[in-house]
Amino acid sequence: MADPLKRAEITDNVAADLTAAAPEAAVAELPPEVVAQSLGEYVRGYVARIRAGESGVLPVVMAMVAIVVVFEVISPNNVYLSPGNLVNLFQQSAVIMVLAMAEAFALVLGEIDLSIGFVGACGAAITVQLIQPATTNWPWPLAVLAGLLFCVVFGAIQGTLITRLHLPSFIVTLAGYLVANGLFLKILLFGPFSGYPNLTGQSDNLHFIYNLMWGTIDPIVSWIGAAVVVAALGGFIWFSDSRRRKSGLVAPPASLSLIKIGLIAVVAIVVVGICNLNRGVLIVQEGVPWVIPIVIAVLAAWTVLLGRTKYGRYLYAIGGNPEAARRAGINLSVVRTAAFMLCSFTAGIALLLYASYLNGMSNNVQAGYYVLYAVAAAVIGGTSLMGGRGKPLHGVLGGLVIGAIYNGMYLLALSFEWQYIVTGLVLLAAIIIDAVSRRGSASGSVTRI
Amino acid sequence: MLKIRGLDKHFGPVQALYHVDLDIPPRQVTALCGDNGAGKTVLTKCIAGIYSIDHGEIFWEGRPVHIHNARDSARLGIETVYQDLALADNLDIVQNMFLGRERLRSGLLDEDSMERSAAETLSSLRVTTVKSIRQPVASLSGGQRQSVAVAKAVMWNSKLVLMDEPTAALGVVQTRMVLDLIGRLRDKGLAVMVISHNLNDVFEVADNIAVLYLGRMAVQDKATNFDRQSVVEYMTTGGLGRSSGRPAKEG
Repeated sequence: MADPLKRAEITDNVAADLTAAAPEAAVAELPPEVVAQSLGEYVRGYVARIRAGESGVLPVVMAMVAIVVVFEVISPNNVYLSPGNLVNLFQQSAVIMVLAMAEAFALVLGEIDLSIGFVGACGAAITVQLIQPATTNWPWPLAVLAGLLFCVVFGAIQGTLITRLHLPSFIVTLAGYLVANGLFLKILLFGPFSGYPNLTGQSDNLHFIYNLMWGTIDPIVSWIGAAVVVAALGGFIWFSDSRRRKSGLVAPPASLSLIKIGLIAVVAIVVVGICNLNRGVLIVQEGVPWVIPIVIAVLAAWTVLLGRTKYGRYLYAIGGNPEAARRAGINLSVVRTAAFMLCSFTAGIALLLYASYLNGMSNNVQAGYYVLYAVAAAVIGGTSLMGGRGKPLHGVLGGLVIGAIYNGMYLLALSFEWQYIVTGLVLLAAIIIDAVSRRGSASGSVTRI
Repeated sequence: MLKIRGLDKHFGPVQALYHVDLDIPPRQVTALCGDNGAGKTVLTKCIAGIYSIDHGEIFWEGRPVHIHNARDSARLGIETVYQDLALADNLDIVQNMFLGRERLRSGLLDEDSMERSAAETLSSLRVTTVKSIRQPVASLSGGQRQSVAVAKAVMWNSKLVLMDEPTAALGVVQTRMVLDLIGRLRDKGLAVMVISHNLNDVFEVADNIAVLYLGRMAVQDKATNFDRQSVVEYMTTGGLGRSSGRPAKEG
């Protein structure tokens, strides 16, 4: 008994020496929040990680700053940072953000879903058609449910084909893209609307869908709502972190918890502050658009689902190592099929916001490009195309970057040709970032073993 | 602890195991040796419930049992550490150790309780070289990964741990670490069966040695009754000079 004990100590010492010999590499490999005990250590770890190419959300924020500066300088009359345009930018980005959060379900599995643009468009078109007073005149909750149900069923069919028949998701969803595109055009032609069922008219149902994007919340209510959200989130972060610190579990230092809460508060104040400035030209127009709390609600729901439930854990496990997940007794087909259903469902929400933005549905909907924007947004935000890594928050941050570029090009009145070229280059840049950061971490793992 | 009598297994026309008998005593390390294709992995997978057996009986703590799938073997207290370890690189140590058996509190994952239990298990095995149990498995060394896989296996009140080539891909220091870990499992009162080619490791850690040769159990006895030469001979020819079924005394 004494002998193995001694041996273990020697082993531990040797291993400790080995890690001590390469402290730089060891720090760079680990997320700083894992090993750091103080704020200083955390910052040093973070800097080391950025040097190693594992930088979290920092490049997104830096890209965002660069984009904003450039467009502010070159936009006509420096209109880019005006409150009106910033709110417009939020609204345009919201569709991409939600669509990117949808795509995250497929990307975390290491799959891709190209169909979600038009599948969501079908769902939104169904909703817009069903609430038309001239025809069916359904109440909006039923119409929204019907639209989202279509998306879920479409996702279930695609997911079943992919998981049960082991077909590549790229091809199945490419086929789904074409089928949904055709269905979408068919759905538009119903009723006496010449392919353009819209949201103008005297009907509470029409107003409700229109308000998803254009409705605003009273400035005072906005402030109170923001305060409640920040207080709730901040309280949750503070109490769970300090509970973990007390019971000796891995937890960030108190100063870092405070910085996180402070950042959330600053973002909330800036966003609500901008939205509450009068951005109207002839009439007073102020308040937070409904779409912002909608995006936050989707973000919160999917963050909890992916981060704090068994289902989310299994999704990451399958993305990281399907064989390990199978041996752990996880039903792979069910989890993966459900991911495609959630993906299409979320896309339904995104395209409903798009329908609201366009004041109706028509064949002007750029659903094909939006899928590419969504993939680019997720990847720019930090989600990996190879599976196993990604968060809903990545879609929101990346969606803001894409939205900022899109909005800037729009202000400059760039021609469609240029918009296509820039979109393509942004997508390419996103994939290069993903590949380079992956290679950085992969080479690290080789030196470790 | 585990007793196998007359186990047959074939895949189509290929007979992988013929009438294999095997005894795995409690609180001891049993090494299963054999050349490539001897049937070591098939036998392990039969015990683990990945393959169902054609004929033969398995007795667990004296009672006859039927193992049809991995869940059955887990229920008996048999856990397997596969050669590829089956860890998800993108998940951290705690998440991997609880994969498929997460603890919930009001519908959500109970990370605090899982982290505490994982830390207890790791420290009881004296796996102390990891910097943090919240680091992703991708950032661990080979030996540390093996330790995590073993810790994952012993967390569930398991009584028998099957390990498939635990040292095959490891360097000297890491191998030392894993062999010590196997010793600690025995000290904790678990039965361990190690599949290994590496006779150094086998003699270092095993109390019993069983040798498979072309799907038949060539010999099984206490490790002290073997020497390197005799084990190699059993592995390559199935017997000692093809004459005797009894192992040679060391000396």
